[in-house]
Amino acid sequence: MEKINYSKGILDGFEYLLTNHEEVFVLGQGLWSPWYVGASMTDLDKKYGKSRIIDSPVSELATTGAGVGAAILGKRPIIVHPRIDFMLLAVDQIVTQAAKWRNMFGGKSSAPITIRGMVNRGGEQGAQHSQSLHSWFAHIPGLKVVMPSSANDARDLLIASVLSDDPVLYIDDRWLYDCSEELKEIDKTPLSLQKPKVVRLGNDITLVSCSYTTKLCLDAALELEKSGISVEVIDLRVINPLDYDSIINSVNKTGRICSVDGCWQNCGLAGEILAGVTERIDLRLLKTNPKRITLPDSPAPTSKVLEDLYYINSSNIVNYIKSIFL
Amino acid sequence: MKKYSNKSVSDELFNPESPIFGIQLTYDSIESQIKHLKSMLVIRYAEEKIANEIIAGNVKCPCHLGIGQEAIAVGVSAFLRKSDSVFGAHRSHSHFLALNNDPYSLFAEVLGRIDGCSHGMGGSMHLIDKDNGFYGSVPIVGATIPIAVGAGFAHKMEKSTNLSVTYFGDGATEEGVFHESLNLAKINELPVLFICENNLFASHMHILERQPTYSTVRYAKAHNVQSLLVDGNDLAAVYNATKIATDYIRSGNGPFYIEFVTYRWKGHVGPSDDNDVGLLRNEVLEIWKKRDPIKRLINSLKTSQSILESEFGLIDSEIKKFIEESWEKAKVSEYPSKDFLYNNTYSN
Ligand SMILES: Cc1ncc(C[n+]2csc(CCOP(=O)(O)OP(=O)(O)O)c2C)c(N)n1
Ligand SMILES: [Mg+2]
Repeated sequence: MEKINYSKGILDGFEYLLTNHEEVFVLGQGLWSPWYVGASMTDLDKKYGKSRIIDSPVSELATTGAGVGAAILGKRPIIVHPRIDFMLLAVDQIVTQAAKWRNMFGGKSSAPITIRGMVNRGGEQGAQHSQSLHSWFAHIPGLKVVMPSSANDARDLLIASVLSDDPVLYIDDRWLYDCSEELKEIDKTPLSLQKPKVVRLGNDITLVSCSYTTKLCLDAALELEKSGISVEVIDLRVINPLDYDSIINSVNKTGRICSVDGCWQNCGLAGEILAGVTERIDLRLLKTNPKRITLPDSPAPTSKVLEDLYYINSSNIVNYIKSIFL
Repeated sequence: MKKYSNKSVSDELFNPESPIFGIQLTYDSIESQIKHLKSMLVIRYAEEKIANEIIAGNVKCPCHLGIGQEAIAVGVSAFLRKSDSVFGAHRSHSHFLALNNDPYSLFAEVLGRIDGCSHGMGGSMHLIDKDNGFYGSVPIVGATIPIAVGAGFAHKMEKSTNLSVTYFGDGATEEGVFHESLNLAKINELPVLFICENNLFASHMHILERQPTYSTVRYAKAHNVQSLLVDGNDLAAVYNATKIATDYIRSGNGPFYIEFVTYRWKGHVGPSDDNDVGLLRNEVLEIWKKRDPIKRLINSLKTSQSILESEFGLIDSEIKKFIEESWEKAKVSEYPSKDFLYNNTYSN
């Protein structure tokens, strides 16, 4: 069985796009770096040339805006930000330009840019090199937000994002780069049909998560199986727009829901999921109150001892679920 | 390394093979020179200590070392007052130490301990010491440039002769906010000292891969901001330039921009030399090391017999001891409590 890890999945996605779509190019920081943003873009510059793989000055706003412009003219740019924190310098172009371009021009134009923002945290990097912020961006109509949790998805959703006719924020997580799974054929389903997936079947509770928290939920589910608790896990994959069908089906079956998210709690994705679900189901079916597990509402600390308290781990999920059943 | 085509006088500053001049010791008194030497040594040994402790696995937070760039912070700080406001970036150990000579609170901070300058909540990339005029360093490139401009507004509104300083690198001049800040400071004639430490690199990218020329002073000129382009590895040159700039600003003439040309000896982040990763720097690092700002000062002091070998030996071992003692003490400081995590976000 051939395996593929997450960073290789991303790399394969780039190779597929660059090989098959000449209108694709990549612009951003770190593309010629010997580290190749965590081995997820290794040697693309050598293979496809420095006129398509363009490393840049320290200019997030200009590179992102240039991506918007090139996209409007028919190119398929991928703008790379090695950290979401750095991408924030480009928010006007993402939120107020790209996301609005189609609607405000009556559908006559659009900006199908893909912005790759990486989540990179831990390692005592502190408050300014640790943010997730996907909830913020998922709030924006017109901006699709994609968050793969597995290696094959990292590849397939990158391809679907770039080929989509809308602007997409593709968020990958450095904590997943070494996670591997069985290599599958490329799935060419377009982004508009990419939905949340049930990644583990269970009967007692529904966990809803995305990206790294899906890994935590799957780890927790394995652990809870030992105690005879059967956990269903739904991986959101695309968090804007959000499709609720599989979540509703699952909650109707299990009668319990917990959303687990690596963002902060207030006005966050986890709360949005609970709101969306409780609006859509017969509340009398619920056997326990809906629950969310998120980061505490404070910036990331630096010391390892505080980081250990701050970030969610699978035992937070296990402990919560055991508290309901045992 | 790219060729030095279209040579101009200023380009010579960027050529590591240009002649190395002695330090003009007339710049200040001998006592001051010894003080500056000590300050540079504290910075050098503190950063070397941190480098070794990263290798030993005792420091986990990302550390951007400025070894080779010490003369800039020391020369600039000679003209700063505690009532000024200084802002740094990710590579700011030198800016901090040149103002307070306090390796203990730096060490405790990089170890994430409660006695650190930010109570262990910031690490190497978030330093602060308001008592000594250091208002904060942050690792978002360019972020403190407009903040220093805002501090300039505050100083001007208070009608004081205080000024604000923003230290940033050549890479930061590629962010839009840098240009907006120069214009905003100029149009309001704010007391802001812009210090660009041009070490020729932004992470793995050489300046000529990112900009059409070596020097960034053209940006100051475009905004009608007074500027100087100076050898950042020559303490006397740094000192003299800063004197001109701070006199100008404190006399109410508005902002000033100094670009100091220097070179970082270590990789972008962490303790290694970067020589293993095939960057442009490979061949030139050793040549740049001959322009070591500390050795240059020591050599000039010795040549002029301002300092004897034995006196220097004494200073050197005293500082090494100071660094070791500071580290030993920092190591046993406690970690910040949970309270800092959960109850530290708002003022109430
Ligand atoms: C807004 C932003 N973009 C990118 C980065 C990543 N980054 C950190 S330091 C750095 C290079 C900065 O170069 P320069 O300003 O010349 O400072 P130096 O590292 O040379 O001291 C980069 C690109 C960042 N921290 N913040
Ligand atoms: Mg630099």
